[in-house]
Amino acid sequence: MNNIPLEYYIALSGILFTIGTLGVILRRNAIIVFMSLEIMLNSVNLAFISFARYLGDTSGEIFVFFVMAVAAAESAIGLAIILALFRKKQTIYVDEVNVLKH
Amino acid sequence: MEIQVLFSLPLIIASFFAVFMPVFDAILKKNKQIIFLFTLLNFLLVIVADIFIFASPEFFTGVLKSGLENSDFGKFLSDAVSLGGYTSFFDLLFAIAGILTLFAAKDYLKKESYELKEFYSLVSFSFAGMLFIAHANNLLILFLGIELMSISFFVLSGFFRNNILSIEASLKYFILGAFATGFLIFGFAMLYGATGSLELKVIAQKISFNQVTPIYFALAIGLIFVGLAFKASTFPFHQWAPDVYTGAPTVVTGFMSTAGKTAAFAAFIVITKAIFLSNLVIDNATVNPPVIAITRNSREILAIIAALTMLVGNITALMQTNVKRMLAFSSVAHAGYILLGIVSNNSNGWSGIVFYAFAYVFMQIGAFVIVSLIEKENGSNLNLSDYNGLSKSHPFLSASMAIFMFSLVGLPPFAGFFGKYYLFLSVIQSGYLWLALVAVIASIISIYFYIGLIINMYFKEKEGEPLTVQCKTSGISIILSLIGVIFLGIFPSLLMNPLLNLFK
Repeated sequence: MNNIPLEYYIALSGILFTIGTLGVILRRNAIIVFMSLEIMLNSVNLAFISFARYLGDTSGEIFVFFVMAVAAAESAIGLAIILALFRKKQTIYVDEVNVLKH
Repeated sequence: MEIQVLFSLPLIIASFFAVFMPVFDAILKKNKQIIFLFTLLNFLLVIVADIFIFASPEFFTGVLKSGLENSDFGKFLSDAVSLGGYTSFFDLLFAIAGILTLFAAKDYLKKESYELKEFYSLVSFSFAGMLFIAHANNLLILFLGIELMSISFFVLSGFFRNNILSIEASLKYFILGAFATGFLIFGFAMLYGATGSLELKVIAQKISFNQVTPIYFALAIGLIFVGLAFKASTFPFHQWAPDVYTGAPTVVTGFMSTAGKTAAFAAFIVITKAIFLSNLVIDNATVNPPVIAITRNSREILAIIAALTMLVGNITALMQTNVKRMLAFSSVAHAGYILLGIVSNNSNGWSGIVFYAFAYVFMQIGAFVIVSLIEKENGSNLNLSDYNGLSKSHPFLSASMAIFMFSLVGLPPFAGFFGKYYLFLSVIQSGYLWLALVAVIASIISIYFYIGLIINMYFKEKEGEPLTVQCKTSGISIILSLIGVIFLGIFPSLLMNPLLNLFK
């Protein structure tokens, strides 16, 4: 582990974050958008863990637990919203939900 | 020790009610009245605690004590929250916004037949989140506060769960809000990597001694500002705001666009106080190490963002025919005004932000309460033309609406005038004269649509039957907002002088 420089981990987490960002922007299926959001949060976790490891400081690792808990809460709310949308409109495609556009 | 307990009372009260509100819900099965009173008690207790804090002799001498320094909570959370000082004014602000919303919500939810007791739990959760944002002294607490507030708002904006507009607002807010959170905490990770600590005090020290990794620090500033700009709905990340604010229940929109936005700016203050070097350091620096260059450049960028936010918000608001949408765009513009205080980055700017936030809470919630009264079921009766001839049928409502509009424009002697005055002054003092000029031009543009609504109410005739308005508890919110707008307009220094002392 010590032979791999910190920059590699941060670069990997940056790539994951970019994949997540592109997924949110480009995909129209709400579930896929949702998964991309989770990828973004997990890339943050990776960055925190590798910084914590290389700084020799535990607070970054503690932060990761909180991020995971918040991500779980967020997924519960997100799935509930998607469910409410499907009940009302029988679709989960984000671009078909455009009543509010003027 | 006792003084620390007193200073942390607002946080304790808000957390207690947030945690136990679902329990109260379960115990008191059908009794909505008692749940309503409990939530009201939550806000009132926070206000009372704040009054005791203001009255305590340590308030001005011992600014920003950290509560848990000598306790057994362990090293990690020893310095997690800052207490007293300007944060107490934020408590007061959020509690007032909560009370105004609560009284209006009772009428509005009954009218739309959605009077569910979960509403009160969600408001209490978001209130606790806002307090933790304002009190945060640690990136973890800041993150948890922002998330607690945002997640409650996602649910609140979709509260009319059989109304497609409300669901759409909720979905859009959720996707973009979670997206913004991703940017924000990636920025936090980078800041942690650059400085090696989550505590804002340590981060500030490391930055002022230039002990940071510049590349991670630059990334951190960029990502954190993108995240916070989303939450505060500033240009170019403002597109979600009009849709969400239009689709969400009107009282929730009032709460989100005032208290939620103020909380986002509280996060801005907390972060920029730590990571921006003070003006003194920048001016006296003979060399130009990367940290100073990054700080200076990011302030320039924030200045440009503020200018564009004000112009875009006000110009788009000109073209709206829906009152809720118009107020939503105007709230984007107001985010631009508040951003001026962050750009000036000194005690004048920060206290200007808090003053403007007070004025903004009163005038914007007041306006939204009136919109919620005029609105009919399923979001109809929201067009500008529906306000024609309102002065004949409802003179009190139209007079109060006119006062809120005058205050939003920034005409004296209302609170909005002094809010703008302090912010523009602070930005001129820190050398951004052009930004103040843009702000004045943007305010002049905004006169057109605010006064347009008044013209509709006073100088146009209503066709068809006059509308009936059921106003019971909402009247309390309107009167409280009127008192706030006029009082702060006549005695601005009563609030401004203590604020200036506290931020020094």
